[in-house]
Amino acid sequence: MAERGGDRFKRKPMRKRPPHERIRDFHEVALGFTEEDALAEAARCLQCPNPTCIPGCPVEIDIKSFIGFIREGDYESAIRKIKEKNNLPGICGRVCPQEVQCEEVCVLNRKGAPIAIGALERFAADYERSKGVPEARRGEPTEMRVAVVGSGPAGLTAAGDLARLGHEVTIFEALHSPGGVLTYGIPEFRLPKSIVRDEIEYVKSLGVKIMTNVIVGRTITLDEVFAMGFHAVFIGTGAGSPKFLYIPGENLNGVYSANEFLTRCNLMKAYLFGEYDTPIYIGRQVAVIGAGNVAMDAARTALRLGAEEVTVVYRRSEAEMPARLEEIHNAREEGIKFQTLTVPVRFLGEDGWVKGMECIRMRLGEPDDTGRRKPIPVEGSNFQFEVDMVIVAIGQNPNPTLTRTVKGLNTSEEGLIITDENGRTSIPGVWAGGDIVTGEATVISAMGAAKRAARDIHNYLMEKKGAALGWIPPTP
Amino acid sequence: MFKILSKERLAENVVSMLVEAPLIAGKAKPGQFVILRVDEKGERIPLTVVSVDESGKAIRLIFQEVGKTTTKLGRLRPGEYISDLVGPLGRPTEVKSYGHVVVIGGGVGVAEAYPVAKALKSAGNRVTAIIGARSKDLLILEDEMREVCDSLHVCTDDGSKGRKGFVTDVLKELLEGNTPINLVYAIGPAVMMKVVADLTRPYGVHTMVSLNPIMVDGTGMCGACRVTVGGETRFVCVDGPEFDAHMVDFQELMTRQRMYLDKEKMALEKYLREGAADG
Ligand SMILES: Cc1cc2nc3c(=O)[nH]c(=O)nc-3n(C[C@H](O)[C@H](O)[C@H](O)COP(=O)(O)OP(=O)(O)OC[C@H]3O[C@@H](n4cnc5c(N)ncnc54)[C@H](O)[C@@H]3O)c2cc1C
Ligand SMILES: Cc1cc2nc3c(=O)[nH]c(=O)nc-3n(C[C@H](O)[C@H](O)[C@H](O)COP(=O)(O)OP(=O)(O)OC[C@H]3O[C@@H](n4cnc5c(N)ncnc54)[C@H](O)[C@@H]3O)c2cc1C
Ligand code: SF4
Ligand code: FES
Repeated sequence: MAERGGDRFKRKPMRKRPPHERIRDFHEVALGFTEEDALAEAARCLQCPNPTCIPGCPVEIDIKSFIGFIREGDYESAIRKIKEKNNLPGICGRVCPQEVQCEEVCVLNRKGAPIAIGALERFAADYERSKGVPEARRGEPTEMRVAVVGSGPAGLTAAGDLARLGHEVTIFEALHSPGGVLTYGIPEFRLPKSIVRDEIEYVKSLGVKIMTNVIVGRTITLDEVFAMGFHAVFIGTGAGSPKFLYIPGENLNGVYSANEFLTRCNLMKAYLFGEYDTPIYIGRQVAVIGAGNVAMDAARTALRLGAEEVTVVYRRSEAEMPARLEEIHNAREEGIKFQTLTVPVRFLGEDGWVKGMECIRMRLGEPDDTGRRKPIPVEGSNFQFEVDMVIVAIGQNPNPTLTRTVKGLNTSEEGLIITDENGRTSIPGVWAGGDIVTGEATVISAMGAAKRAARDIHNYLMEKKGAALGWIPPTP
Repeated sequence: MFKILSKERLAENVVSMLVEAPLIAGKAKPGQFVILRVDEKGERIPLTVVSVDESGKAIRLIFQEVGKTTTKLGRLRPGEYISDLVGPLGRPTEVKSYGHVVVIGGGVGVAEAYPVAKALKSAGNRVTAIIGARSKDLLILEDEMREVCDSLHVCTDDGSKGRKGFVTDVLKELLEGNTPINLVYAIGPAVMMKVVADLTRPYGVHTMVSLNPIMVDGTGMCGACRVTVGGETRFVCVDGPEFDAHMVDFQELMTRQRMYLDKEKMALEKYLREGAADG
């Protein structure tokens, strides 16, 4: 060990494609660890007796053990260890904000650089993918049936866990393709759709049926779902309704919500227009309003589609930007400009198309209830600049298609479903989790909530089945 | 996959199709629509549910071939499949007893007006319908409309059938006449709906229109379908498609409908050039 001590505090960086090359296509930017990288990084792990990394993971992956397996070159055991807790490791290895989760609390974070846990997770998942994913094992059939509404990370996780426990699970998805934000929102260059597809196939191989083109609340009601013989329902409908600024000129042509822009590009493949039928408009001077992950994705997508200049316009300062640091860094490397402490007050049009934007400067005041310093407009600081396309990426409201049509389902003022810590809603037999409960959050937090709900649903179903058979289940 | 059970050409560019979709058929109400995607590479487009067949398992769609997607759809044959179909979407028409209702359909809008006229008639209204097309050959559903209305006015732009002129010319006369009108319901090209709104406004006659902006998901997720109604932004797919005509910013709607005009034209021309053989 001593001779390698010098490397102990140095973290293996992940290889990335150079900016000038990657902005010309939609192929993945980050290339992942080679086996050599992975072995070197895993060797840095202290295999702590009381690993602090594990409580940092919202789904409690046994991080120490899976890294231990990678150290031994036993990648199969590594991925199996991960999959005990996480059905979507290739996705999480790419999009989780590890820097504020497991890696933040890794002991090495205090002494140098934390272990690149996300990169190692991705390595294990990609290794398995290259070898062909083995047949999943299912539980003894319980003859209990569960319906899952929505096929985003929350729905897929609940479905996978419940199928593994032997329940018969059907997912109902409104769109023509499953995956939720993973499919329609996060771009190919950050999360290849082939990986999403494969991980969905894995969930299906556990016995989960996915029915696309079904909107619960429209095509079938929640009552009808129960009438179809389902014993429990999990709702994971996400936060998919775009917020707008509601300022003059926002409905001009050339002004998109990030959702529409990204959906056209990712779900409908508008970047292949000609081969695919869905069109997309691209301006030369593009402004993206907001600075979260969604804004970074939209900005980088616009650049790849041929915009000359893309500027992220944000009302606070750089320090408050909600996007992952790495994505801000990637965006900047690619030439995205940042205009902070600025807010648009109206869009200017010509013949129905956006041609400019009037903004006002902001300064930062006292911290607000989110702990971030509150932006305050600087009076008289209005200025205009030219843009011919705008993407509004200032957040989403909860998707109302289901909640609006269900009686007796308690929701908050903003329309989020209210649940207890296990995801139970106000309707018996109905659970909910993910963005529809928390508001916009992360892939992994949606999965964590789904896992807790799945565990509770399982107990409920076994109790129900026991009651039907006339026995009392042993208390766990 | 959704099977096409039968297909019929109603006019040169207008096709009627019966598509198997039991779940949607069981739910669809007048005023609602579906979104479909013809194939893997297709665009998602909205079409109105015109009726549900007697079996209760299939829906009728009537569409005009205006671009690549509708042309592609029109070339499918009975026994073939539409890749994706979702619905019913939008809020149903508020069907109740208003008294005397004038239902107006222009062009392929007649197909969309038909289920509404029928439902309003069943609810006990006296229904006057005005339907129009550019010429006799393009007029659709005349007999069906006659069956569900108390009186029917037909007009064509060139005078080849019924009266020569626009549907709005007839509406103007009705408004000036002695029979009070409690509701005007119009569906057709945006410009027609705009003229209807402008005509009824001075008379203070309550007027509803069914808007047809560009849509993508149809579930309130993208905001492509937004229009300004009464100074507020509304999503047509979930808040509509029907709105009070006197509140709608039609100019904005028409501008937004033209957002992809050049690309749509390109796509259609390319398709007709390359796809002509397998039509
Ligand atoms: C562009 C973008 C980038 C992001 N980047 C990251 C990132 O890097 N890292 C990260 O951790 N998080 C990221 N997020 C956030 C993350 O994607 C979400 O927190 C997560 O997807 C929430 O999962 P969910 O399952 O609750 O909902 P969703 O993923 O929104 O899925 C909900 C699904 O339910 C379907 N649905 C809705 N209503 C109905 C109904 N009535 N009937 C049937 N189906 C219905 C929807 O069509 C959808 O498929 C990003 C989000 C976006 C938009
Ligand atoms: C609620 C609703 C109900 C409708 N019902 C009917 C109907 O019953 N019968 C019928 O013939 N037409 C109907 N339409 C219009 C129909 O959707 C368009 O004609 C169709 O999308 C054109 O597609 P295209 O590819 O063939 O033509 P394109 O060449 O792509 O477009 C021609 C024009 O159609 C409109 N359009 C294009 N793409 C879309 C889209 N994704 N969504 C909506 N409009 C689009 C645009 O204004 C465009 O300029 C309805 C529209 C709405 C919003
Ligand atoms: S806390 Fe860091 S060093 Fe310790 S086991 Fe976890 S990853 Fe390894
Ligand atoms: S079509 Fe996407 S919100 Fe209406």
